Amino acid sequence: MATTAADIDRDTRLRMYRTMVECRFFEIRAQELFFEGLVRGTTHLGIGQEAVAAGFAAAMRADDYTFCTYRGHNHTLARGVPMAPIFAELFGRGTGLLGGKGGSMHLTSVEHGAMGSYAIVGAHLPIALGAAWSAQYRKSGQVAVCFFGDGTTNIGAFHEALNMAAVWRAPVVFVCENNGYMEYTPIGAVTAVEHPAADRASAYGLESILVDGNDVDAVHDVARTAVDRARTGDGPSLIEALTYRHGGHSRADPGKYRPDEEVAAWKARDPIPSYRARLEAAGVDAAALDAIEAETRDAVAVAETEARAAAEPSPDVLETQVWNDGGSSWRN
Amino acid sequence: MAELTYRAAIARGIAQEMRRDPMVVLIGEDVGSAGGVFKLTEGLFAEFGADRVRDTPISEQAIVGAAMGAAMTGLRPIAELMFSDFFAVTWDMVVNQIAKTRYMTDGQVSLPLVLRTANGAGLRFGAQHSQSIENWAMAIPGLKIVAPSNPRDMVGLLAAAVRDPDPVIVCEHKALFADKAEVPDGEIVDTLGTARVVRVGSDATIVALAAMVPKAVAAADRLAADHGVEAEVIDLRSLVPLDTAAILASVAKTSRLFTVEENPRLCGWGAEIASIVADEGFYSLDAPIVRITTPHIPLPSAAALEDLAVPSVERIVETVRRRMDDAA
Repeated sequence: MATTAADIDRDTRLRMYRTMVECRFFEIRAQELFFEGLVRGTTHLGIGQEAVAAGFAAAMRADDYTFCTYRGHNHTLARGVPMAPIFAELFGRGTGLLGGKGGSMHLTSVEHGAMGSYAIVGAHLPIALGAAWSAQYRKSGQVAVCFFGDGTTNIGAFHEALNMAAVWRAPVVFVCENNGYMEYTPIGAVTAVEHPAADRASAYGLESILVDGNDVDAVHDVARTAVDRARTGDGPSLIEALTYRHGGHSRADPGKYRPDEEVAAWKARDPIPSYRARLEAAGVDAAALDAIEAETRDAVAVAETEARAAAEPSPDVLETQVWNDGGSSWRN
Repeated sequence: MAELTYRAAIARGIAQEMRRDPMVVLIGEDVGSAGGVFKLTEGLFAEFGADRVRDTPISEQAIVGAAMGAAMTGLRPIAELMFSDFFAVTWDMVVNQIAKTRYMTDGQVSLPLVLRTANGAGLRFGAQHSQSIENWAMAIPGLKIVAPSNPRDMVGLLAAAVRDPDPVIVCEHKALFADKAEVPDGEIVDTLGTARVVRVGSDATIVALAAMVPKAVAAADRLAADHGVEAEVIDLRSLVPLDTAAILASVAKTSRLFTVEENPRLCGWGAEIASIVADEGFYSLDAPIVRITTPHIPLPSAAALEDLAVPSVERIVETVRRRMDDAA
């Protein structure tokens, strides 16, 4: 399994630290606001899994494409999408990232390359392949990175997309965030192989790649290799990142189906404090890291205040944007 | 002007658009050098090459999903589903992803893509290779649907579908593949959402789609010759957008409405039209609206049974003749 790499420059490492902190602080607040009733519907938090989003985002070009799942706050934030419209979307406000039409599970910001959060398991793998095919055809040099959970490896679209991407040598990187649980059931209990993604790579002629998904340096190292490989025309990669969600699957799920010792062991390997310790050991001034945390805490508060102040969507938008002409008319 | 089969019109329509716009690409099972199992894409691989005419594995989710991903990033893909029945295999991509993503992202994403598919009965393929699926799609907000009934319309509606900025499903009727007609030379581009009056009449309006159009016309000719009933036949051509104005105008003139639908009875497109006319054209009507459909059954394979299931010229003639006595 790939672990820490040495040659990552200081700016990149600080950027990854900041991204992880932004994701963490945002999601902690989102969860609090869910319990307060301000965030409606559902949330699927990625607390504990931030290193995967941060490590990859730092390896991507501004015009590369991210495709992610309903557990997509981290990946959307990691591409630089501002917090206020995300909060507003979670609150159901008109200034939401999706105008109040999508919600937590569908965060998208095309201008940031965040090409959507997909809430039907497996659907976005073929779609990411299509974006990669488009980049290949247009010779744009763009790469699509597609994040999904371990549970996705057991649905048909996973296999269809992996095979077709390999045959077409599409510039796409498939990233399985293996957090150990498909939803409430351990992935091992419902999967024929130990490593749901890595053990299947050979079926598509791909290298088996496992990485410590709680080590952002290690993630970044495999990410830049895979992204470069895709960009230079050497085709897709399939990466399995081992990680853990600190909370339950969604909403108020306390995740009680998981042994206490297991949860404690993974929390002891929390990607953020461990990375902070590594950065300090590497000579980064603690004050600089404190500043990142303080700035982020302020940014979350400012974004929340802005989103709280926003109005609910206007009734006028209910029947807009079904079609490209902005409307929804189906007859004359 | 050249005589063209419906089959050849498909390849002509695709080629017309691929020559015009390098972002138009075609993918599907056996669409490349094989030219398609129904020979609908013959010649395209030779003209446009493997980059633009791509064979895929038997992976309908990947085909349709890839078309979506390509459409949201600058291409104008045409994806072929060999049989429309296979939409069931990739329904998530069509319904949850393609149809909804523009709305869910508040207009951030445009999906200019075409899903072409061999649709309908008549080849004795049985219940899993003969369905008419246009009603499934019609029930989903965010999908446009056309179903051409003749070679000229095939070229024009296919071109309109490719140029449209929204997802369009093009239902290509298997029973019409060998039909021939004169097709004008040069570029043909139609307008989505426009029905056409293909036979003028004053006594009754018959609305039909795809393979039911030639049957409705034949029935109307027989009704005129044998029973003195002059039926107006409307080729609907497009279900979404729906040309309700053409239907209401015809009913205002004839005061009677029949629909001829290949689909099973429940929730066929004719039910929606009947609802609209009952609501907005009620005072034009002299008699109940009558839907002529396939019974609510899976399609059988034997010729005798399939022919009994799908509306025939005889059934249309007999139904219209009998019901014309209603409230006469």
